[in-house]
Amino acid sequence: MGSFGHYLAAHFDTLKAEFWYLFVGGVANGLLYAMVAVGYTLVYGVLRLINFAHSEIFMSGGFAGYFVLRAMVGATVPAGFMSVLIIVLGIAAAGTAGAAAATLVERVAYRPLRRRRAPQLAYLISAIGASYFLFNLAGKEFGHLSVSDPQPYINHTVFTIFGAPVLMYDLIILVVSVVMFIALDWLVGRTRLGRGIRSVAQDAETASLMGVNIDRTIAITFIVGGALGGVAGFLYGLNIGVVYNMGFVPALKAFTAAVLGGIGNLRGAVVGGLLLGIVENLCVVFVQAAYIDVVAFGILVLVLLVRPTGILGERLGRTA
Amino acid sequence: MREFFQRAPIRRLLVILGVVLVVELITGPPGSNEHPVAGFTGSYHEAASYFGLFRTQRWVVFLTLALVAWGITEFWNWRGPTIRARASDALAGPRQVGEKRPVRVGFALVLLVLAILLPHIVNNAFWQSALVTYVAIYVLLAIGLNVVVGFAGLLDLGYVAFYAIGAYTTAWVTGALPTPPPFGHALDAFWAIPFAVVFVVIAGVLLGAPTLRLRGDYLAIVTLGFGEIITIFANNLYGITGGSTGTKQIPHPVFHVGPIKYTWGLAPVPYYYLALGSVVLFLIIFSLLQRSRVGRAWTAIREDEVAAESLGINPLKFKVMAFAVGAASAGFAGVITASADNFLFPSSFTLTFSINILVLVILGGMGSISGVVVGAVIIQVVQAYLNHTPPAGYQQPDLYIYVGALLITMMIFRPAGLIPSRQRRREITLYEKSHEGHPDEALLGDDV
Repeated sequence: MGSFGHYLAAHFDTLKAEFWYLFVGGVANGLLYAMVAVGYTLVYGVLRLINFAHSEIFMSGGFAGYFVLRAMVGATVPAGFMSVLIIVLGIAAAGTAGAAAATLVERVAYRPLRRRRAPQLAYLISAIGASYFLFNLAGKEFGHLSVSDPQPYINHTVFTIFGAPVLMYDLIILVVSVVMFIALDWLVGRTRLGRGIRSVAQDAETASLMGVNIDRTIAITFIVGGALGGVAGFLYGLNIGVVYNMGFVPALKAFTAAVLGGIGNLRGAVVGGLLLGIVENLCVVFVQAAYIDVVAFGILVLVLLVRPTGILGERLGRTA
Repeated sequence: MREFFQRAPIRRLLVILGVVLVVELITGPPGSNEHPVAGFTGSYHEAASYFGLFRTQRWVVFLTLALVAWGITEFWNWRGPTIRARASDALAGPRQVGEKRPVRVGFALVLLVLAILLPHIVNNAFWQSALVTYVAIYVLLAIGLNVVVGFAGLLDLGYVAFYAIGAYTTAWVTGALPTPPPFGHALDAFWAIPFAVVFVVIAGVLLGAPTLRLRGDYLAIVTLGFGEIITIFANNLYGITGGSTGTKQIPHPVFHVGPIKYTWGLAPVPYYYLALGSVVLFLIIFSLLQRSRVGRAWTAIREDEVAAESLGINPLKFKVMAFAVGAASAGFAGVITASADNFLFPSSFTLTFSINILVLVILGGMGSISGVVVGAVIIQVVQAYLNHTPPAGYQQPDLYIYVGALLITMMIFRPAGLIPSRQRRREITLYEKSHEGHPDEALLGDDV
């Protein structure tokens, strides 16, 4: 027992020393998880299903961004206005690719089953099929080896928090994700479209009687969630590189984040994502890096067992 | 113009053209990082021919195929119902005969004799070993997963974990791991069987008891996570599992009772009989279980959990039981694989593996034992063939593209599988019918 106490004490010292450094990285990761988690939560709201193919939407965004960077970044690392332009183009391409992939999945793997009113098991299996199809097709067309993205900016330290450096990369994630979350919150909470999405999530039958076009609303939900997932894939790829199965682990964690925050709850997804990212990064002090994924799954199982409705509670159809 | 495209035959033509474009792509040559477009251009522009007759390009061949497929669809839409009615009239007699118990048992015995003779019919080294590594083991796994997915209706995406536990237990018992074997000295691989069964059942209960209370989609994710965790541990616990390099010294099993002594060696055929024996054993156990009180409880839970509970069935207990029973055959399969291969690597126990087994179950028909066996044999023989003699442009991971497409297609057109269990088919139709007229409810998938 004494040696265990010693172990903890020693690691807490490391934690104290490294806290802000790990915290910054955790926030950056967490924001990425949150962007993907929002996609899960939106689709869960309208269809009551986990979109198993969401990881491939993430992957398609990663590849779209990669190809933009490859076309635009020359031999030297761009700077200033050129960097901004390239990143904006990358985000646009990744968002479009994500939305396109999501639409495709909805049309091919979900809509025919909805027409036939299939039981839930059928949806899950068909979504797993779509995921499998997409990532292995990407592997066939773009190779099975990981490639790193060409760097569109110089990744220098912009400022420091308590001595911990905040890199350009972290700042980009922060700006992009916060802008997207605010836009999404406005879209779902304040627009006619958002009212449609919320009404379908709340009670699809009544919504359809009130003149909401359910098919169209579901399609738009997939597009919105897909665009966010695609952009997240691009930002993730900037640092880690892209590969055909890059979506698997981040998507699983994002799902954990969505459940952690309360599935169907948009703000919950953001909170869950941030929390998971930070906790996971701080755990690096206590466990070997290889077991980080185990920590995330452990959190998932724990949340499902102890508080399956998540931190902020399940919300299907109520504002944000 | 818009009206023209909305006419049913035209829409069908467009769908078929789209599908054919995709088929062309997935059967075409691969691309790569340096040439991301090569796969696309190659798929449509590569030279091809009609069975070696005319020289032309792939897109021409596939366009013709699309038109032929469209012709068949249109013909089927025109005459299909009549043909189907006539076929079912003609088959009514044989079907009644086929449903008689003695006939079914006789048929099964004929198949068993055929399975026993099979290694001698295919007198070819590759296929003899493929019968073990590709077919028999996978049939064993598929019938086990069928208990979980088919009988109890639980989507388990971490099934590979039980297989891995079985394989690692074998390595442990035979002293091939860094961990010392039980009772201090290495035992024969046959001793691994009781250990493996006990361990997988414990793992099944440990995983199942907390998670089986969850909704179906949550269960899928949690089991998936469990499968990943087992792989991560196998990969990283160097002192216990040998880490990412696995182990290469699992001895061949020896059967030694009294005067009888038989050593399994490198030849695949004896392992085939070992695996076949286990398959037959589990087939008998599972079909008896299906007809027992337990099997009926599983059906009741699958059809309507609330109703089953109100009849005094404890859903959690029976779900955990399905997990544990299904895991047992995976444990067996793990023991046989480990001792036949003599080695094991953690990298062979991945999510991909779990999904491959799921595909075998779904193709044949969830809940239909005969269907699952047929489905597993078909897919595994095709896979072995493709790996052995790959067609131009085919790489091994391409198989999963087909697998994914197959899953979607089955769910759209034949959710009950190739040889559906009658009960399961009835359930699916009843479910879909009961939701007609309530578009919204069905749309939400309903919280079943």
